[in-house]
Amino acid sequence: MTAAKHSGRNGFLERTTASFVDAMEHAFYAEQTARADGLLQRLDARVKLVGILALIVSAAAVHRLAVIGGLFAIAVVLAALSRVSFNVLLKRVWIAVLLFTGVIALPAPFITPGQVVAQVPWLGWTVTSQGLTSAGYLVLRVETAATLCVLLVLTTPWNHVLKALRVLRVPAVLVTILGMTYRYLFLVLQSAHDMFESRRSRMVGELTGSERRRVAASSAGVLMSKTFDLSSEVYLAMQSRGYRGDVSLLDEFQVRRFDWIMLAGFALISAAAFWLGR
Amino acid sequence: MHIPDGYLSPSTCAALYASAAPFWYVALRKTRKLLFTRLVPLISVFAAFSFVIMMFNIPIPGGTTAHPLGVGIAAIVLGPWASILALSTALFIQAFFFGDGGITALGANCFNMAIVGSLAAWLVYRLISGRSAITSSRRVVAAALGGYIAINCAALCASVELGLQPLYFKNAAGAPLYAPYPLSIAIPAIMIGHLTFAGVAELVVSGGVVAYLQRANPGLLRFTAPGVPMPEEEAAGFARETGWRVARPLWTAVGLLMVLTPLGLLAAGKAWGEWTVRDFSNPAVRQQITTVSGNVAPPAAAPSGLERLSTIWTAPFPNYSPSFVHKPAFGYMLSAMFGIGIIILLSLLIKWLAARARPGPPGAPARTEET
Repeated sequence: MTAAKHSGRNGFLERTTASFVDAMEHAFYAEQTARADGLLQRLDARVKLVGILALIVSAAAVHRLAVIGGLFAIAVVLAALSRVSFNVLLKRVWIAVLLFTGVIALPAPFITPGQVVAQVPWLGWTVTSQGLTSAGYLVLRVETAATLCVLLVLTTPWNHVLKALRVLRVPAVLVTILGMTYRYLFLVLQSAHDMFESRRSRMVGELTGSERRRVAASSAGVLMSKTFDLSSEVYLAMQSRGYRGDVSLLDEFQVRRFDWIMLAGFALISAAAFWLGR
Repeated sequence: MHIPDGYLSPSTCAALYASAAPFWYVALRKTRKLLFTRLVPLISVFAAFSFVIMMFNIPIPGGTTAHPLGVGIAAIVLGPWASILALSTALFIQAFFFGDGGITALGANCFNMAIVGSLAAWLVYRLISGRSAITSSRRVVAAALGGYIAINCAALCASVELGLQPLYFKNAAGAPLYAPYPLSIAIPAIMIGHLTFAGVAELVVSGGVVAYLQRANPGLLRFTAPGVPMPEEEAAGFARETGWRVARPLWTAVGLLMVLTPLGLLAAGKAWGEWTVRDFSNPAVRQQITTVSGNVAPPAAAPSGLERLSTIWTAPFPNYSPSFVHKPAFGYMLSAMFGIGIIILLSLLIKWLAARARPGPPGAPARTEET
């Protein structure tokens, strides 16, 4: 049996392992850029969270394409000042969004009713200006919001993002859960990855359809049993360190003058976007 | 089904955050009361598991793969409330950290997948499994259908949210500001994928994991089966081989369901007593009413009370929205379901015939060796 055939029939194992590796890669890259010396990295996490959320909400709320475009340009400038590589943004955000939302928006110019501006030769489909604007809104909004969201994560250590959530009145217990989920995410990812790797290394033949489904479902079942064992171990470890169900978080953030200036900047940009894009 | 930022208007997002909030509150209160100090480690680690499950590629009949949501097994193992918390946590990390699903749309995504999904899965599972034994194959069917129905309920919510956008949010020139497609396109476009690929992936994972847990770790199924005695050790271990043997009738049931669904939606005539004011003046419908009412002719005009009341409340989908039932897009969805149902049934038939034609399983020892 050829290797190509093998990967075709049992490709679900390879594809699943690849998506695990992809997630880990993303996390490693995020940790790396969060340590770089850039504009957003120097900012207080709470200011950054509130500021970027304000920009995302304004990108979602405004009614003018030019204003959304302006917000996108601001996001690009922020990325450049924070030493986030355009290559990564291009691959992880801009092209990825275009492939998904771009495809979804593609039929909109042809099927949205409105003023006809062009006609496709031979096919006779009509393109409406309303449809074009609508597709533009969707793609530009998604690109802008996705870029801003990625900027937040790439310039802030994840535990700082979570602690900053306290500003938004998220209960401390949920913040703790989110932090621990992130920590154990990689452990569970690793053990799922190992399971699939070892399964792959022991396979010489092709699996039939139902065997493949059984492998996938049983792997999920094994992983779930492992998860429960892990949660018991974590629980015992927490108890042995004196955990009694009360959660308290350390708050080591300090707002400096630079943060106030940037906060004012974010507020100004959002207010301007809202006013210009009514 | 993870709705990104920019597809929903800020007011829709706010409304869905507000709808999700009471569920989060109740879920947190209930699980805290039940788990107390165990809450944090259990939900955290299970949320991590849910996240990883969403990355699995599940092979489905026809050679493709699809990602499951894992909402079915989460609701079955943890119960609906803890499942809401675990899945919402996983969706939060997906949205913030991996950019999968929007931040403004997080309320909507949690509402559709974590809340509606968990509650639907749990309800269907409990209803179908009843008081059957932990290792009974009925539980596998219940879990599989629970997962299938849950993900489709979630997808329906998402498609309605998206489909409402162009109705309410347009700029001055009439261009839709957010998701551009009306309900007549959004619902079939999303539901076709979920009634088939995503739904089947969820069905495989929910049913398969329950079948696996019945053999390997039945204790995990105990929480949502109160009052059901635990099986003996040996019965749980090797003696019983439940689970995948029941897969065949399950596929048959799903195929039949898909084939029959359009019949239900397109059935002619009206249910008795569901007449509208206009029906009383339509001679054809009057004839129908007379026939089904034991030849008692209806009054010449609509009762004045009915006429008055009927203007008070106009449902968002009058008559289950026949306007899009009669549109071609919806017809495509029905025919797709019909076609896929037929394909499943046909492939089962062919497999069954092939199995009958073959004398025995290839691995079985030949009888001649014994003699």
